[in-house]
Amino acid sequence: MRFRLSCVAAALVAGVVGQGLAARAAQGPAPEYERADIERGAQLYDEFCSNCHGSEGDGVGGVNLMSGQFRHASTDQNFRRILTNGIPAAGMPPGNYTDADMLALIAYVRNMRDYDGGIVTLGDAARGRALFQGRGDCAGCHRVAGRGSRLGPDLTSIGAVRGAGSLRETLLDPTGSMLPLNRPLRAVTRDGEVITGRRLNEDTYTVQIFDERERLVSLDKADLQELTVLATSPMPSYAETLSEAELADLLAYLVTLKGLVPQ
Amino acid sequence: MRRRLVGLAAIVLLLPVAAAAQVTPERLVNAAAEPHNWLTYSGTYASQRHSTLDRITPGNVGDLEMKWVFQSRTSHHFQATPLVVDGVMYLTQPPNDVVALDARTGRVFWVYEHVPSPDARPCCGFTNRGLAIAGDTLLMGTVDAMVVAVDGRSGGPLWKTQVADPSYSYAITHAPLVVGDKVIVGTSGGDMGIRGFIAAYDVATGAEAWRFHTIPGPGEPGHETWEPCTPEMEHCDPDAWRTGGAAVWLTGSYDPETNLTFWGVGNPGPDYAWYQRPGDNLYASSVVALDADSGELAWYFQFTPGDRYDYDAVQIPVLVDLDVSGTTVKAMLWANRNGFFYILDRVTGRFLTGNPFTRINWAEGLDDSGTPIQTPQGPDRPTYPGKQGGTNWYSPSYSPRTGLMYFSTWEDYATVFDSAPVEYVPGQLYTGSRNRSPVRGVPEPPAVGRGHINTWTAAVGSGSVLAFNPVSGEKVWQWETYDVMNSGVLTTATDLLFVGGREGYFQALDARTGDLLWRAVTGGNTLAAPITYEVAGRQYVAIAAGHSLFVFGLRD
Repeated sequence: MRFRLSCVAAALVAGVVGQGLAARAAQGPAPEYERADIERGAQLYDEFCSNCHGSEGDGVGGVNLMSGQFRHASTDQNFRRILTNGIPAAGMPPGNYTDADMLALIAYVRNMRDYDGGIVTLGDAARGRALFQGRGDCAGCHRVAGRGSRLGPDLTSIGAVRGAGSLRETLLDPTGSMLPLNRPLRAVTRDGEVITGRRLNEDTYTVQIFDERERLVSLDKADLQELTVLATSPMPSYAETLSEAELADLLAYLVTLKGLVPQ
Repeated sequence: MRRRLVGLAAIVLLLPVAAAAQVTPERLVNAAAEPHNWLTYSGTYASQRHSTLDRITPGNVGDLEMKWVFQSRTSHHFQATPLVVDGVMYLTQPPNDVVALDARTGRVFWVYEHVPSPDARPCCGFTNRGLAIAGDTLLMGTVDAMVVAVDGRSGGPLWKTQVADPSYSYAITHAPLVVGDKVIVGTSGGDMGIRGFIAAYDVATGAEAWRFHTIPGPGEPGHETWEPCTPEMEHCDPDAWRTGGAAVWLTGSYDPETNLTFWGVGNPGPDYAWYQRPGDNLYASSVVALDADSGELAWYFQFTPGDRYDYDAVQIPVLVDLDVSGTTVKAMLWANRNGFFYILDRVTGRFLTGNPFTRINWAEGLDDSGTPIQTPQGPDRPTYPGKQGGTNWYSPSYSPRTGLMYFSTWEDYATVFDSAPVEYVPGQLYTGSRNRSPVRGVPEPPAVGRGHINTWTAAVGSGSVLAFNPVSGEKVWQWETYDVMNSGVLTTATDLLFVGGREGYFQALDARTGDLLWRAVTGGNTLAAPITYEVAGRQYVAIAAGHSLFVFGLRD
């Protein structure tokens, strides 16, 4: 059966999809795509695109396909041109796709974030916001538009880059979902100073962290006597502390976080 | 169990590199007192681009070596001057990414990405020249005409304010200027038919505090300089002021004593079809002095009335207290694109002196009020300086030690100005140009982009760094280059002068003599200005060239 995404949205992930379309309005009306095209596109993406762009669409630095914002592909026509010609300067090769496959790829990439959503119940965003700032204590570690702590990752645009399913997974299993980049670090210098914080960047010789006093710190590994990457997220699981209804509310709020709206 | 990240902290002691105290308004006023940092586009509010750091000297400058390179990820022109705040460097990567990196190693902490609207129509590339900082907040103008505030610690966005419609070619390309609780910006697009303005926004909220139109509207003083058309004026546009340009695309200066902020204003438009906009066209090709709290005009000085040569007054206003025969003059020094070097009284705007610093024939001199005595050249005759000017937006430097102003120049450079009437179309070039090089078979030097081959050659102009005595109006020395010069200049307390160039070199000169002391190859055209800073007792010098930022320091 062929049916439009809007039907799926109504049945499964209404809130998520609705928000996704709203976010894309900044680049013109989002075309509707057949569900079958999106699913076919997902297969094609795995085959031809994920090797570089990654399964989450963020494998190429500076490019996040889930964001719904595209520097060079604001229209489907531009998108087709890129799929056909590639972006040689950026290392993207040209492709030889049928029209149908091209349409499917575009359909999937434009709906990637929402496709990822799966069956997730969204509740009331206003109640979710209250939870975020209140009992959930999310703002104790995370910031949204300049409000809240800087210790955890900034969530101002989290709804633009993560689907509801992925966000729910993080709420239930923070450690299992934690990006390795964000892992907490503990460093001890040769002078015995102990420095802890969240990893921002790392290479062979140095490591950059956001420390617990909210400072940017860059360390030479040669100056350290100990450097430990902790595998456990400092974020608590909300599996036991929030009810299903509360989780749905919190998710409904998180997926509204699509970045700043210009004033 | 609920725990926070802070729960992991056992002991936190002093750290090697860390963003520390907030950049308060007082720190910005006293930026010269912390030379290890670089807190504004031009270093300080006086915009002298002079540092009191002294570890690198004429004696050891030969030991400079490259310490690190930041390679930008775009092919757009890289024109940024970085900020350095207590060991952290903040840089923009074109078009509008903010990058925080370790100023000692160049390793990146975070990148904030602003994806410009597809509606953006900037005239001259997806360019950004840098940031301003207030407290912990970084401020950036964007090519889609927004001001964006980013948290300098986490890299998270704080607010965005749309200041104009980018589809009409409004764009912000310069580094903003923070004064007190406000961030001040102007808009590019002077070659695309905008109506320019300078505006201030609340640093905390992004709310607009004031807006000063660089083309006065009907009923405002100065509007009469956009003169009405008469039937005999062919091609005259009665509404020329609406699309008259007067863009602002370079950071202004600020004098805390008078609370005045000074901004150079660009050419009137259409650039060359001057007959479409009769009159002096205020405040195009002028400097305006605005009250920093209200945006109210205190004074203006127009360098090139009725400008028909694209002589933007988009230069850095350099504020200096000059000693002239025992009297202190609160001066503003200005090496203008039109080829004259001006001294103005920065309190009143009064013209004090003006002298040519390069070959000029568009005017035979300045009268007692500083107004040029214009001598338009006939058809097919070269006009000196050409359309890129005797200098341009390249940051100058003033050294209080030598009392000299240093800036990049284009020498023996002319354009045969010709024009055709042009109709305004939103988002399109609006210049009326049919200009050409005066030398047959040789193209005009490109304004910013440069390939590997110098097809224009010195036949149509060369470059120099000029050391100019503002008081005597004389050249003290001139260091010449084969190609024309686009680089800003930096001087230090050890009488070193750093400058890049079109040809890909980065050089240190003796600021007293102009002697070349050291050079390195960056392999890229410099479209930016050098800075210097210090981290952990080591002095660094940074310059953007090509698509990268190069940082040099003394060999360990």
